[in-house]
Amino acid sequence: MTQIGRRFAAIAALLFTLAACGGSAAPAAQTDVGITSNSILLGNTIALSGAAAAYGTIANASNAYFTYINNTQGGVNGRKITYKILDDVYNPANTVPLTKQLVEQDQVFAMFGGLGTQAQTSVRDYLNNKKVPQLFVATGATTFMSDFSSHSYTIGWQPPYQGEARIYAKDVVTNHSGAKIGVLYQNDDYGQDYLKGLTDGLGSNASMIVDKQSYDVTAASVASQLSTLKGKGADTLFLFTTPAFTIRSLATVTALHWEPTIYLNSVSNPQVYMGIAAKNGAALKNVTSVGYLKDPTDPQWASDAGMKLYKEVIANCSTCNVNDGFNIYGVAVAYTMVDVLKKAGTNMTRKNVMDIAGNQLNETNPFLLPGVVVKTTSSDHFPITQEQVITWSGTGWTLKGSLIDERGTIK
Amino acid sequence: MLQRIRNAPPRYWLVAVVILFFAGWPTVISSFQTSEWSQAIILAIAIMGLNILVGYSGQLSLGHGAFMALGAYTSAILAHRYKMDYLVTIPIAGLLTGLVGFLFGVPALRLSPLYLALATFALAVVTPSLIKRPAELTGGVQGISLAPPDPPQFVAEAYGGLTGTLMTSDQWIYYITLGYALLLFWLAWNLVRHRSGRAMRAIRDGEVAAAASGINIAGYKTLAFGISALYAGIAGSLFGLATGFVSPDTFPVSLSIQLLVGAVVGGLASIPGPLLGGIFAYFLPIESNQLVPTLTWIPSQIASTVIKAGPAVSYGVVLILIMIFAPGGLVGLITTGYIRLRRRLRGTGDREAGQMPPDAQTIS
Repeated sequence: MTQIGRRFAAIAALLFTLAACGGSAAPAAQTDVGITSNSILLGNTIALSGAAAAYGTIANASNAYFTYINNTQGGVNGRKITYKILDDVYNPANTVPLTKQLVEQDQVFAMFGGLGTQAQTSVRDYLNNKKVPQLFVATGATTFMSDFSSHSYTIGWQPPYQGEARIYAKDVVTNHSGAKIGVLYQNDDYGQDYLKGLTDGLGSNASMIVDKQSYDVTAASVASQLSTLKGKGADTLFLFTTPAFTIRSLATVTALHWEPTIYLNSVSNPQVYMGIAAKNGAALKNVTSVGYLKDPTDPQWASDAGMKLYKEVIANCSTCNVNDGFNIYGVAVAYTMVDVLKKAGTNMTRKNVMDIAGNQLNETNPFLLPGVVVKTTSSDHFPITQEQVITWSGTGWTLKGSLIDERGTIK
Repeated sequence: MLQRIRNAPPRYWLVAVVILFFAGWPTVISSFQTSEWSQAIILAIAIMGLNILVGYSGQLSLGHGAFMALGAYTSAILAHRYKMDYLVTIPIAGLLTGLVGFLFGVPALRLSPLYLALATFALAVVTPSLIKRPAELTGGVQGISLAPPDPPQFVAEAYGGLTGTLMTSDQWIYYITLGYALLLFWLAWNLVRHRSGRAMRAIRDGEVAAAASGINIAGYKTLAFGISALYAGIAGSLFGLATGFVSPDTFPVSLSIQLLVGAVVGGLASIPGPLLGGIFAYFLPIESNQLVPTLTWIPSQIASTVIKAGPAVSYGVVLILIMIFAPGGLVGLITTGYIRLRRRLRGTGDREAGQMPPDAQTIS
C-alpha cells in the first residue's frame, strides 16, 4: 500500500517541479502596452507547419521588411519593431491560446497579419473586447472589412474575395458571353464568399452557372467533382480553391482531357504554384486570374524601384524564396503597417493606430500595381479594392486591360 | 472519524496535497497561464475517459476528438441558440455524448480491435465535415463564438478577499474545470476499483477467460465506451467554454491522436497517468515550437525542419522514447525509478539480512 503512496508523492513532487518551471508573474500594465521609448512589439499567429505551411513565409517576409526599417531608418520614430510570430498550424484551437499568450503574457501592442479566416474569427471577439488592434488580417473574407462598425479593432487589407469574384463576373460576361460556368469551391466561408461575389456580380446572367460543386478542406481528391462539372457541359471553370486543391484541380482537368476556360482565384495564383501544377501535368491553357501585387517574376518590373526595394528587403529573410508571390504580399502589408505607425507619430495608442488604419488610410504602396491606392474612410473600410485581370502566358502572368475598382459595390 | 483520518494511508495525504496545489495554483500564476492550465486539465479529463476505454478495458479508439466535438457543440448550441446558462449545459453535453457513445459502441464493439480502431478513426475524419452541414444550427464553418463567463459576484469577491485581485473569467473557468476534473477522476478511481472495473480488466486481459467467468462481455465493453464518451463530452464542453469559440477545425483528426498519445505517455491503466498525459499533451507542442528556435546548439537546418513539421515531430520523438524506455508511461517511469532508488538506498542491508524488501512484491 505504501508503494502507491510513494507513487503519489513522486507525482506531487514532479507537479511542483513542472509548476515551478511555468510560473512567473506578468509585468505590470503600461498605459501603452507593447510600446517603449525604443521599441514596438507586434504579434502574429500563422501556419508555419502543417497542411497550410506554405502561408508561413508571409510572416517571415513581413518581418524582413521590419528588419529593413530597423536597420536603415532605426525603426519608426526611433522605435525598433519586434515581430513575434507563433505557429497556430491553421487551427483555431491553437490560435486562441497563442493570441492570449501574445496579448496577456508577451504584452504585444497589436496583432498584425494573422492568417486564416476561421483562425482570425476565433479571436476577433476576444481582441475587440480587450481593445487590442487586430490589424490587416491575411484573409479576404468580406466580414473583416464590412463588419468594422461592430468590430472596430479588426481590419483586413487585401481585396475582399467578393470584389475579386465580381471582377471575374464582369470579365466573363464581356469576353465569354455564351459561357457555361462550372464552379468548384471550398465549402467554407472562403469559397462561399467567392461564390456569392460571382453570383451577385453576374446578376441577371446568373443562369450562366450550369453547376456548382463543393469539397471540404479535409477531402483527399476533387476528381469526382471536376468530372461531374465536365459531364454537366461546363466550358468555363471557376476554381475557388486553396493552393493545394488548385494544383490538384488543374492537373485533374488536363487528365480528364478537358479544356475549359479557367478562372483561378488570386489566393492560389502565385507563380510557384503554377509551376508545380505544370510539373504535375496541368496544361494551363486559357487561365485567367486577377492581381494587385507586382509579380516578382514578371520581367516588366525588372527596373522598377518598388521591385528593387522588394529584392533588397527580402534579402533579410534567409528562408524566403524571392519569386514567391506570398513574400511580396508579406512585404507590402508590412509597408502599410509601418505607414500607419509613422502616421501615428507620438500618439502611439491602440485607439489612435486603429483609427488611422480603419478610417484615415490613403497611401500608395511601391509593391502594388501602379495606381492601386490603399484607402479607408470613416464610411469605407476596404483598404484595397482595385485589381487587374491577368492571364497565364505559359511562363508568367500577363496584365490585361486596366485596373478595375470595386469600391462601394460590396457592403 | 479522527481515528480514520489519523490512520489514512499516506497516499490520501498526497492526493490532498495535489488537490491543494491545483486549487492554489492560479493565485501564483498569471490569468493567462491559468487559462493554459485549464486547457491542460480539460485534456486530462478527455484522456481519463480514453484511459478507461484503452487502458482498463483494452479497446482502441481513434475517435475521441469527435466525442469532444459533440460535447462542445451541444453546449455551444444550447448556450448560444437557446440562451441556456453555459454551466447548466455541461452535464447535459456529457450525458448526451455518453448516450451517443453507448449507442455507437453497440455495433462498433462487435468489430475486432483493428476494425474498431478504423471505425472510430472514420468517425474522427467525418466529424468536421458533418458539423458544417446543418449550418443554421452549428454556424457552419464560421463556428460559434461564446462570451467568456464572469464569475458570480460572491465568488469573485471571496477570491479578491484572499488574493487582493478580483477573479478573472479565466480563473473562474479554471476552477469550474478543476471541479469537474476532481469529480470525474474520483468517479474513475471508484469505477476501476470495483466490480465493473474488475470486469473490464478481466476482459482486457483475456476475453475468453472473462466470458467463462460469467462476465457480460458485450455489456461491459459498451458500458466502457459510453462512460469514456461521457468524459470526452464533458471535456469538449469545457473546451468550448475555455476557448470561447467552437468551429469544425477546432476538432481535427489530430486531436484524437493527441489524446491517445497523451494517454500512452501519461501511463495507461493508471489514475494519475491521464493528469500527466494532459499536461504533456497540452504543453509539449506549444513549448517545443517556441523552444526549439531558441536553442542555438540545434543546427539551424534541423530546427527549421522541426518548425515546419510542427508539433508532430516532438510528439513522435517523445512517444518513441517512452515506448522504448518506459512502456508504462510517465507514471510507470516514476514508479520504477522510485522503486529502484529505494532498493539502492535500502537494498544492501536487506540482502545482508537475507530478507526481501518488505513490500517489494505488493501488487497495488
